[in-house]
Amino acid sequence: MRLDLIPRQTTPVWAVYGTPVLAIFLTVIAGAVLFAILGFDPLEALYGFFIDPISTEYGLTELGVKATPLALIAVGLSIGFRAGVWNIGAEGQLTVGAICAGGVALAFWGQEGWWTLPLMAIAGVLGGAAYAAIPAFLRTRFHANEILVSLMMTYVAQLWLALLVQGPWRDPDGYNFPQSRMFGADALLPTLVEGSRLHLGALAALLVVAGATVLLNRAFIGYQVKVIGLAPAAASFAGFSAKKIIWVCLLLSGGLAGLSGMIEVSGPIGQLMPSVSPGYGFTAIIVAFLGRLNPIGILFAALLLALSYLGGENVQVTMKLPLAAASVFQGMLLFFLLGTDVLLRYRPRISFAKGKAA
Amino acid sequence: MNNQAMDAPRLKLTGITKQFPGTRANDAVSLSLMPGEIHALLGENGAGKSTLVKIVYGLLAADEGTIEWEGDTVAFDGPAAARAAGIGMVFQHFSLFETLTVSENIALALPPDQGGKDLPARISEVAARYGLALDPHRPVHALSTGERQRVEIVRCLLQEPRLLIMDEPTSVLTPQEANTLFETLRKLASEGCTILYISHKLDEIRALCERATILRGGKVVGTANPGEVSAKQLAELMIGGLLTPPDRRHQISGKDVRLKIEHLMLPADQPFGVDLVGIDFAVRPGEIFGIAGLAGSGQGELLAALGGERLVPNHTIRFDGQFVGDLGVAARRELGLAFVPEERLGRSAVPDMSLADNMLLSGWQDGKLVQGGMIKPAEAFDAAAAVIKAFRVAATGPMALARRLSGGNLQKFIMGREIGRAPKVLICANPTWGVDAGAATQIHQALLDLARKGTALVVISTDLDELFALSDRMAVLYHGHLSAALPLAELTVEKVGLMMGGNLAGEPHAA
Repeated sequence: MRLDLIPRQTTPVWAVYGTPVLAIFLTVIAGAVLFAILGFDPLEALYGFFIDPISTEYGLTELGVKATPLALIAVGLSIGFRAGVWNIGAEGQLTVGAICAGGVALAFWGQEGWWTLPLMAIAGVLGGAAYAAIPAFLRTRFHANEILVSLMMTYVAQLWLALLVQGPWRDPDGYNFPQSRMFGADALLPTLVEGSRLHLGALAALLVVAGATVLLNRAFIGYQVKVIGLAPAAASFAGFSAKKIIWVCLLLSGGLAGLSGMIEVSGPIGQLMPSVSPGYGFTAIIVAFLGRLNPIGILFAALLLALSYLGGENVQVTMKLPLAAASVFQGMLLFFLLGTDVLLRYRPRISFAKGKAA
Repeated sequence: MNNQAMDAPRLKLTGITKQFPGTRANDAVSLSLMPGEIHALLGENGAGKSTLVKIVYGLLAADEGTIEWEGDTVAFDGPAAARAAGIGMVFQHFSLFETLTVSENIALALPPDQGGKDLPARISEVAARYGLALDPHRPVHALSTGERQRVEIVRCLLQEPRLLIMDEPTSVLTPQEANTLFETLRKLASEGCTILYISHKLDEIRALCERATILRGGKVVGTANPGEVSAKQLAELMIGGLLTPPDRRHQISGKDVRLKIEHLMLPADQPFGVDLVGIDFAVRPGEIFGIAGLAGSGQGELLAALGGERLVPNHTIRFDGQFVGDLGVAARRELGLAFVPEERLGRSAVPDMSLADNMLLSGWQDGKLVQGGMIKPAEAFDAAAAVIKAFRVAATGPMALARRLSGGNLQKFIMGREIGRAPKVLICANPTWGVDAGAATQIHQALLDLARKGTALVVISTDLDELFALSDRMAVLYHGHLSAALPLAELTVEKVGLMMGGNLAGEPHAA
């Protein structure tokens, strides 16, 4: 038996939308095998991972809480990815956004008003965008690879946050725990559902998805992004500035990552801590590709990856599975997604025996 | 020529049919080739010539029909099988590694047991026997296009083929180089090798071939002895209609120079690129200025400099008296320049976007299709529809993806898009490369009409027939140098051929 890959003349529509589904299916199968090897009942583990966490209303609101930062960040990243601008450092931009927004909340602690949240949002966006401006400058000025620069700057940002919460911004009444004061009530996002943590940020994420859809389909800058990604030489022929596109993509994705940092600290967390994200900035890369770099697709992909976080926590609590199970699931999903993408450009052909295939 | 099998065909194709999505590339094609024969396969682009020879060479499988090779029915499952049977093919586009030497490149393509230490000597021997000057130790990047083709030919000859397929071999050669190639092919044929010669150039087929099979729309529409019928008859068989020669009446208006290039220098921006060295020329309104040259003589760099994709010192390009050398593409287009690069898919059109979206590439500055940062889809749709109508572009409509169009139709669309902007200067490169004869005539007429309306045109082309048909004055680009411009009346094909080979004065006695 022999497997040949025949290049496709055209990519069928079913392949574009079918391969993510196939990748999810393969991830579930591989996950079941993994659970079985670890000595757990695979069906029980899969139930605990994928079904149990969202079987209650509270579980569904938690799904929204986790999906919000993923969708916000992934939409920003996807626009850059379409143009071949690889911002891998959203986690760092999220962290800086959280620092800036948290700084505002702490600076006006005890004197907050209606203006505090908008000011925090602005600070978060500007902080994230400014942090993404560094790789943008280095790429456009010195041709420095933005993948490396943005990735390495993530760790710098996390160290700054740790420094701040263990030093100057540490809660004076916090028994020396490395965390800031709890933010005042006016510096916390209002919740949408009584008794849950689902907050106003979820609506912001929906607005950003809608805005990105318009940007990509109607705005000229979205057109430029698509042209530069599909055919760089055509962008040069049209006279589009590659540098401008790099700046726009990095500022936009950095700003949205910064906004999600603000949303995390003023929503579910409510204060600054040494770590404000369980890797949303990295998981959003998977979300962007799983959603086919399409804002609506990203919305669904964000919900799925949010489930992997919830499922990981759930099986840790109920079945004593290691927390790394969630990361393994996310990794497998990206692996299978990239693997099945081969089907977009090639048609598999299996031939048996040695005889000449007609 | 002493074989008793001389009267049995070496290759016989019967009823070859190949269906591609949306098009039947070959429709019951039958063809037989005799030993020692030089047989022309003639047809426009898209007539199915390449598909047919790919089937013979084992690159494609036919849906129906049989291939008989020296009397046996065969089905090659790949080029290696075809080569082993004695079929060689020289492609239009070479597949050589620039950084390797001639013999290293050839060794890569040979079966492992043939790439031994004596290979350079064998290359020299074969090259000498067929009059192909070639040094096995030179790196390929130092070779001219003609020499690279010789590498491909020698690579085939080392395997002693009994059928050699040549796909549009002269498109990269000067007329003199083409004559040398014809000598080689005649010698091969006299030794009994069959040659299947694919071309759409009628003159060379008349000079070289004894029989011709003419394909149109995937079907055989006739066979002829090219020596006995006129080029016009062959062309009409090929096109299936009458050719109207373009109407050349246009006036060069005024003495004012519209576009003036002075001492333009530009270093190559990539390895194996060509440096432009002191280019000078001037074009007046209503004039068509032709720039001839073999592929790879610096045309890409010249177009990048003229179009503004690469910036040059401001004073080296003057447009209506204004220096524009350091203005980018967008600013130059705003002043009234228009460009049609050679690469259609990927440069002058985005393959995976609709024609309506492709209107925006050069039309975004004109203020109609983009307003306030937002695209006006309805306007883009209408603009694309207007171009499709005016230039008779065969497409399903403005929402058709650019890559769905044939080369000729996409080029008509791009030409129409640029001409529709009513430019003061139009610079185009190989405007009819890979375009069928009907579309080429239409594009030529559009260029002449544009000149008549007072546009200054620069046509950079590797096709001498095209330049002689269009130009008022012509210069030759060779390795980044541009010859003095001469009026058409002072030029002959022979003279331009010498200039294309590096003798920019065009004097026959020089080396």
